[in-house]
Amino acid sequence: MSSTNQTTLIRGGTVVDATGTRRADVLVGADGLIEAVGDENADLRGDRTIDAGDCVVSPGFVDLHTHLREPGKEEAETIETGSRGGALGGFTALVAMPNTTPPMDSVGVVRDVIELGKTALTDIIPSAAITVGRAGQELAPMAELAELGVRIFTDDGTGVQDDLLMKRALEYSVGMAPFTGGASVALAQHCEVNSLSAGTFMHEGEWSSRLGIPGQPSEAEDLMVMRDIAFARSTGARVHFQHLSTAGAVALVRAAKAEGLPVSAEATTHHFTLTDAACASFDTVFKVHPPLRADSDVAAVKAGLLDGTIDAIATDHAPHCAHDKEQPFDAAPPGMIGLETALALALTELDLPVEKLVGLMSWRPAEIAGIADTHGGPIAAGRPANITVFDPNETWTIDGASFASKSSNCPYEGHEVRGKVRHTIFGGETVVLDQEATR
Amino acid sequence: MSPKHLLSINDLGRDWIEEILRLTESFAEVSARQIPKVPALRGKNIAWLFYEDSTRTRLSFETAAKRLSADTMNFSVSSSSVNKGESLRDTCLTISAMGVDAIVVRHKSAGVPWQIANWIDASVINAGDGWHQHPTQALLDSYTLTQKFGALDGRHIAIVGDIKHSRVARSNIEAFTALGAEVTVVAPQTLLPPSLEGWNCKVSHDLDAVLPTTDAVYLLRMQLERQKDALVPSLREYTSRYGLTDERLKRLGSEVVIMHPGPMNRGVEISQAAADDARSVVTQQVANGVSVRMAVLFLLLGHNPDEETIEETL
Repeated sequence: MSSTNQTTLIRGGTVVDATGTRRADVLVGADGLIEAVGDENADLRGDRTIDAGDCVVSPGFVDLHTHLREPGKEEAETIETGSRGGALGGFTALVAMPNTTPPMDSVGVVRDVIELGKTALTDIIPSAAITVGRAGQELAPMAELAELGVRIFTDDGTGVQDDLLMKRALEYSVGMAPFTGGASVALAQHCEVNSLSAGTFMHEGEWSSRLGIPGQPSEAEDLMVMRDIAFARSTGARVHFQHLSTAGAVALVRAAKAEGLPVSAEATTHHFTLTDAACASFDTVFKVHPPLRADSDVAAVKAGLLDGTIDAIATDHAPHCAHDKEQPFDAAPPGMIGLETALALALTELDLPVEKLVGLMSWRPAEIAGIADTHGGPIAAGRPANITVFDPNETWTIDGASFASKSSNCPYEGHEVRGKVRHTIFGGETVVLDQEATR
Repeated sequence: MSPKHLLSINDLGRDWIEEILRLTESFAEVSARQIPKVPALRGKNIAWLFYEDSTRTRLSFETAAKRLSADTMNFSVSSSSVNKGESLRDTCLTISAMGVDAIVVRHKSAGVPWQIANWIDASVINAGDGWHQHPTQALLDSYTLTQKFGALDGRHIAIVGDIKHSRVARSNIEAFTALGAEVTVVAPQTLLPPSLEGWNCKVSHDLDAVLPTTDAVYLLRMQLERQKDALVPSLREYTSRYGLTDERLKRLGSEVVIMHPGPMNRGVEISQAAADDARSVVTQQVANGVSVRMAVLFLLLGHNPDEETIEETL
């Protein structure tokens, strides 16, 4: 965590955190911690002042699902450029997915990512693969990786297909406390049964039928969610479901939570804002895994976010070079960028009170990622100064080319949205000031 | 304004389909001449971009272009820079830079003609994209049917077989119904698309129940690998339930038209006798293909609103 040699006063905003909502100014100390919080009467003064008028001042956002492409595909994104985009989107921590080249399945690669992350504009929280090479054959060295700080294991990009291997991974994950200083780890699953999804490029339904594009049925996701819920029940291990996209999966997670099982779930911005109808343009920007689903699925994901079935909004930020996306629909790589649009889409598309929305983007994902001591906590004296200041009412037009991300595969080109990050404070440093990255 | 591209049947609508069928009749007359060649597209350059094997469609387009005096560029995927890793987009930009008026494209991936139309200025003609569309096939099939029946209003056409994986079926349903016909698709559930929401056709699993009311029976090619994919238990069972067998041929009305887009699997979806029956128009379909493609190329490239009528051009 970086720090600055001056104090900063965030003045005039409304503080929203897990403890509630109140008018307050926030003084950020030179040591990277919050020095004081108080209303106008407290008369706080800083070496400099940044304006939070009309803004919400909240704990920094945490993205459970970011593809930073480094190492291996630096043409599409680097840890630096991705973190800059993240900071502009109000994130102060990004959980880096392990499908890099080489994959993050060993201490060496994860250590490199941690090292590269030290100069980033957000915290870079490494995840690591569940299986060696994300190949689904043998377990990655989970205890060694946990000791290095990994709290989320995932083969993201693919699900662990082998039932027994997945059960073993979950069993093994239960015993990580000695290597983590007592913290638990979660196994995050990309739920997709390959035998049902192989050779498919969009959601199976009305639109795939009409467009003649091979479709992935919802059961490809539902069945793996069902299996892993059964394993969570029998092993007691924490299972986190990534990017829920089907009504069936949302219902399964809802029931598992009602049963008290240790499961959590995320939904991406695109799965509550876009449907498979977008693929009718054959624009590969709409190709993503899991695929954009039907209206009824979008409604179910929204309902899941509203009722707490889904714990977190994630981006699944997946940058791709233009020349990789400019291919036939079946050949183009899946994925879309999302760091710089997540907040605005959530504010625009979800009928949620801002307190709840901030929770979905901040303290709940921080808890799941095992970083609640540094991110997502209350805006209070002594806490690390990871803070997002956003104007929930500013309207703007999305322009992918203007983003800090090295790639511009944004599916919302030209959309009018509401809500813009004004400042981001990361470890006490103002990394975004007046909508511009400061470095 | 004539359409710039031919991407799907739905883009055309009934009026343009009928205009193309009308033009086709004129070009059929050209094809019947002793020297079947007109200068209608002299100086126009057409590129063939066939990423998927094709014999009849490609030869048919080439013949059509030659009869219209167009210049053509052959792009053979196997001997081209595609093998050196050149992207589809770069290939299209390269061809476009040489100056082409139209690109005729076939690709295994649905939507490629739409993508190309976004990348370049030339007209794009879809010669088949994945399971999605094959508009010139639908136009030649429509023309063949109108030759037999005149207007298609109220006619009942059964399309039988692998609807799910068939661009021919998707385009033909759109074309036949646009012209006023009723279409019933007949297939086992596994060979139907997962959803028929928004499709303008009836569905049946029972060929024997449908045949007595049809004016035309259109058999689709049964890919031999469908059995491996567990879409049908066996080709033998498929033939017994959904093939136009000798036995079904005997029960078929004397005026019923038998169609197939080719290439046929004789003995699978169509029996030897059915393929060669007097009611079969399979070879007429091929012959009409040339005239229809002349009409399409002329409509997209040759239309000059200031000049003479088509009849004068010819």
